[in-house]
Formats: sequence, C-alpha cells, structure tokens
Amino acid sequence: MSFRIERFTPASRATAIVALIALAFLVAAPWLTGRANIRLLGEMFSFLALASLWNLLAGYCGLVSVGQQAFVGFGGYMLFALAIFLGFDPLLAIPVAGLLGAVLAIPVGTLLFRLQGAYFAIGSWVFAEVLRLSFAQVSSLGGGSGASLPTSVVTGIASNREWREILIYWTGLALAVAVLLIVIALLRSKLGLALTGLRDSEIASESLGVNSWLTKMTVYVSVAGLTTMIGSFIFLQKLRISPDAAFSVNDWTAYVIFIAVIGGIGTIEGPIIGTIIFFLLRETLADLGTTYLLVLGALAILVMLKAPRGVWGLISERSRISLVPVRRQVRFD
Amino acid sequence: MDWINAIVQGVLLGGLYALFAAGLSLIFGVMRLVNIAHGDLIVLAAYVALVVVEATGLHPLLSAILVVPVMAAIGYGMQRFLLNPTIGKDLLSPLLVTFGISVILQNGLLIGFTADSRRLSAGALETASFEPVTGLTLGVLPLAMFIMSVLVIFLLDHVFFHTRLGRAFRATSDDGEIAQLMMIDRRHIFAMAMALSLGVVAIAGIFLAIRTNFDPSSGPTRLIFGFEAVIIGGLGNLWGTLAGGIVLGVAQAIGAQISPGWQILAGHIVFFLVLAVSPRGLFPKMD
Repeated sequence: MSFRIERFTPASRATAIVALIALAFLVAAPWLTGRANIRLLGEMFSFLALASLWNLLAGYCGLVSVGQQAFVGFGGYMLFALAIFLGFDPLLAIPVAGLLGAVLAIPVGTLLFRLQGAYFAIGSWVFAEVLRLSFAQVSSLGGGSGASLPTSVVTGIASNREWREILIYWTGLALAVAVLLIVIALLRSKLGLALTGLRDSEIASESLGVNSWLTKMTVYVSVAGLTTMIGSFIFLQKLRISPDAAFSVNDWTAYVIFIAVIGGIGTIEGPIIGTIIFFLLRETLADLGTTYLLVLGALAILVMLKAPRGVWGLISERSRISLVPVRRQVRFD
Repeated sequence: MDWINAIVQGVLLGGLYALFAAGLSLIFGVMRLVNIAHGDLIVLAAYVALVVVEATGLHPLLSAILVVPVMAAIGYGMQRFLLNPTIGKDLLSPLLVTFGISVILQNGLLIGFTADSRRLSAGALETASFEPVTGLTLGVLPLAMFIMSVLVIFLLDHVFFHTRLGRAFRATSDDGEIAQLMMIDRRHIFAMAMALSLGVVAIAGIFLAIRTNFDPSSGPTRLIFGFEAVIIGGLGNLWGTLAGGIVLGVAQAIGAQISPGWQILAGHIVFFLVLAVSPRGLFPKMD
C-alpha cells in the first residue's frame, strides 16, 4: 500500500493566494481609504497579533496567562524610555524593546512556572501589577499620571504628518504579518511537534526526550518578546502613556481573550476571525458602553459552554477544511 | 512605637486577607478550579450587604444572616449551571468561564450602582478603641473582625476534616471517579463546595464593606490578595493560609510605613520572594 504525507491542501494553497492579494490591498490602504480607517486598521493589527500570541500560549502551550498586559505596558514604556533618554529612532526602538521584553521574561517565567496550572494565570497578573506600580514610581516618565512622546521624537520618524502616519501603519501591518508567520513557522517546526506531543500526553512526550519545561519556556520567552514589540507599536500609535493605560487588564488581556475564545482557541484561523467579529461588535455596539462589555462576557461564556472550539471550530468541524498548513495528513493512494 | 502599631494593624488586616483566601483555597482543593471571579464575588457580597442594610436597617454585621444564604445560593447555582459543564475537560474552559463571570459582575455592578465608591457604616463600634499597652492602640472593630476570621477558618477546617460533607469533599478531591462509584454525586458536591466558598465570601464582603471604600472595580485586587495569601501560606493548608494572610498584611503595613506608594508593591514583592525561596509556600502541607 502506498501513501504520501500531505501538508499543503488545495484549500491552504488558495488561502495563501487570497492572503497575498489581501496583503497587497492592506499595503496600499493609505491611498484607498481615509485616516480614521487607517487608525482602526492599525488597532486591528495590534489586537490580531496579541490574540495570536495569547492563543499560542494558551491554546498550544497550556499556559493560560491573564498577565500579558505586563509585556504590552513594558513595551510601551521601553519605547518611551529608549526614545526620550537614549535618543533612539522610535521605529528602531521597537525591536530593541522586544529584546528587553524577552530578557525580562526569563527570570519572570522561571518564577511563574513554579505555580501549578491555573495559579499561573493569577501569578502572571501579579507580575503585571508589580510593573504597573513600579512604573508609577518613575517620575522621569511622568509617574502615575503618565507622559507624552515629545514632538522632537515624533517628527524624527518623518517630518510631515501624512508620511508619519503611513510609516506607523506599515509598521503595524509588518508586525502583525510577522507575528502570524512566526506562529505558523513555530508550529510547523520541531518545537511545534513537541508542543502537540506535550498537549496530548506530557508523560509520554517526556519519555521520548521532550523537555517540557524548556519547550514551554522557549515559547513563553518568544511570546513575551513579540508581545513587547506589539506594546511598543500600540503606544507609538497612541503617542501617550500612563501606568493605568499601559498595564490595563481589560484592554490588553480581557479583549484579547474574548477574541481568541470567540474565534477559536488552538487554531491559527481563530484569532483572525475573532478579531473581525470583535471589531464588528465594537463598531456596532460601542454606543452601549458598559452593556457592550456585559454582552462580550456573556458571549464568551456561551461559546465556552456550547462551542468550546469557537466559531472557527464550528466551521472546520462541518467542512473539514484547514486553511493554514500546520498539520500533516496521511493520504493513501 | 509607630512601627509596632503598623505591624499590629498589619496582622489584623491579615485576618481579612486570610478570609479572602479561604474560599479560593477551598475551591481549588476540592475541584482544582481557580475562580478568577472570586474578588468580584466578594465585591458583589459587599453590595448585597449594602442593599440589605439599606432595606432593613440591620447592623452591617447582623446582615450576614441574609447575605450568607443569598451568596451561598448564588454559588450553588453558578457551579451547577455554568461551571460543572466545563469541569474535567481541561484547565482552560473553567478558567475562562470564571473570567467571563468576572467581567459580567464588574460591569453589571457598574450599571446597577454606578462607579461611586461606597462604604457600610458600623456606627459607634467603628471608632471604639482601647490601649492594652501605652502607645499601642487597638481598634475594637478590626480586632473583632480578626477574631471572627480565625473562627471562620476554624469552622471551615472542622467541616473539611470532621464532617460527612468534608469527607465527600476530600474523597472527590482525591479521586472524583472512584468517589462517584461510592454513590457520591460529584456535581452536587462541587456545587456544595462553591456554596460554602461563597458563604465565606459573603462574610469577607461584609467585612470589606465596613473596613474600606469599595466600588465595582475593586474585585481583582481582592482576588490577588487572597491568591497571594494562599501561595505564601502553602497550598492545601487553611492554617497556613491564615499565616500567609498575616505575612501579606504585615508586609503591606511595613511598605505603607516606608512610603504610601509602596504599600501594595511590598506585598507583591514578598509574594515573589516566597515563590523564589520556597515555591511550596512557608507552611507546605505534609504529604
């Protein structure tokens, strides 16, 4: 009996082509649509990236964090510190901040990994609180009331406003695309195989030589670095930072969890669909204010109870299609 | 003398933190569930107490007669309808459902009671104090609350180790499936554990409402304090949790004495220190 291992499917090839066309439109978007939409798209890119990264941790690694705002806020503050104190170009400061975030994640992860299972979630939150309270003490960055990015730094990106906004928009697009590609590449690599093994049986995988702690730590540190870069981007777009905004659990964790849960945890497609649903809901229900959050909370519970694999889980179960080629399938000829 | 005063106040505050922690610890012990909405449920209990006091004119401490059963009933229903369907599959689902409950409670309370911070007045008891040693002032109310907290923890410990219900809790915790073979209905036992946990939460909520101002967004901080007390004290040990609460209270009091901005931060730092030096807590359970 002959067989072959298949990775790319017709659906995934089609997806790649559609994604490339969509990307071309997104690159050209500053000339196709207005300023308000460009800002909205920039915000969507950051949420898409944050949700994909959270999903990599929770959905593939079993590390449920409610403290990712620690790295978002840290990224924002590092961008401000590097640009104001060391005169970095803001766009260059983003990768440097990411590196610092990854370095910070090593000792933090070592401590937090000592907390078993769900207690890791709250431990990560405590760490975010430590950073929020600490940055509130740094008076040279505005203390508790926060700081704005000085005009000289902002005009350093590009002298006229139009090009500045386009450059920042492209940075966001590049970051979101990079995060998606890194997540896909990581899941297709040996590390991704180790993660799948650990998810199915930790004991069996360890007996085959997979180091559970090191595998999870590698993912945790990579996610932290990338989350920090997204954080830098978010506050480059906002141009203003304060401890409460930077380390907000609602903005950078609650929304992100909704996106991943509603779209589908443990899939690449989930966070993309989740981001679109989240922004559609936000743009239509935003006038409701507090009620909107109430609806989101109820929706998330409903999804967890009735369709734990989210919207994309429902679609892919029915149609058996997978748009992103991260798994191998055996086909018998 | 300022320092000794601060430390004594910290110890008394620690009793309240232990009360925040006890309910959290109980739930984790019985069903390995970490309830992210725990802090918001404490705040909900504070608002229920506020409504009861305003409607009946009862003394806040006496309002427990009504608040405890109401919260216990909410706990039973919440576990039966929202959490039981998710228990046992994986870690993620129950955690995320409690996260959803937390968001709903915060925003529901915001709609019902606005963002204004509220407080329950305990009348003349609030300002009463005595001086056991010259220079050391003890408030009657904080001391009474501390004693009641210790009493609640003693009762919980008694329920857990010396009653039929406690035996069912421990059996379910050790091996849920074997326990079911012994005619223990796991769904009911889980719901009873949540009811008991929220009974404790009710008392914690009333004490919180008397002691400090609270508003719909104060929940997460209470969750974090309770969680820190559990980890500092050591998992699965109620008396350790009390000690953990006291360590946290004292750390915060000392931090506040150094600088107001350091109060909460000092508590977090002690938590991370304990995690670094003794990951199983200061008083790990023997097993």
